[in-house]
Amino acid sequence: MTTMTVDQLYEMLRKAQEPKGFFFNKDRQQVLRLLQSLLINRERYGYMCCPCRLSAEDREWDRDITCPCVYRAADVAEYGSCYCGLYVSPAWNEGKLPTDVYIPERRPVEKMFKPG
Amino acid sequence: MEGCDVMLYALSTCIHCQNTKEFLNKCGVDYKCVEIDKLTGEERQKVIEEVKQHNPKCSFPTILIGDKVIVGFREDELKEALKL
Repeated sequence: MTTMTVDQLYEMLRKAQEPKGFFFNKDRQQVLRLLQSLLINRERYGYMCCPCRLSAEDREWDRDITCPCVYRAADVAEYGSCYCGLYVSPAWNEGKLPTDVYIPERRPVEKMFKPG
Repeated sequence: MEGCDVMLYALSTCIHCQNTKEFLNKCGVDYKCVEIDKLTGEERQKVIEEVKQHNPKCSFPTILIGDKVIVGFREDELKEALKL
């Protein structure tokens, strides 16, 4: 697997996600910490599992929580931010939404634990 | 928080867990922290079962303060539970 720096990952994701309407949180330090954690998970598991969720260490099982997770769109639509706070809406970054809100885990409980 | 046990179940990579730790450290709270992503095998399974008892979704951070369970980094709830 090729090594990637946080800065390279930042630019790669920004270019890919902004056209889709998902923006990095304006809190750059938080974004850099999250990107570093994504690189740690990529190294550990071979895929960029959400840093705020427990990996099953199974790429297929964790497909829904591989960043960007499938819950991002619904969380950004409802709260203005994804579960981790990596991706947000323009309104969030413009301070038009409460940023101290707790974003509940949207992943269904039956997906939390891989059987067997 | 004398005599009150505080337990933090966390993931080492989780930003909300990191923020919780920073908050507890800043407040001078004595707490025990287990980072589940760093555990393996039976030990990991045992701790997951522990977390599930308090938080069926097993999401992080899960914080136990006395008999209170706080899921997620919620500063107000932590302050209230810790009587800060």
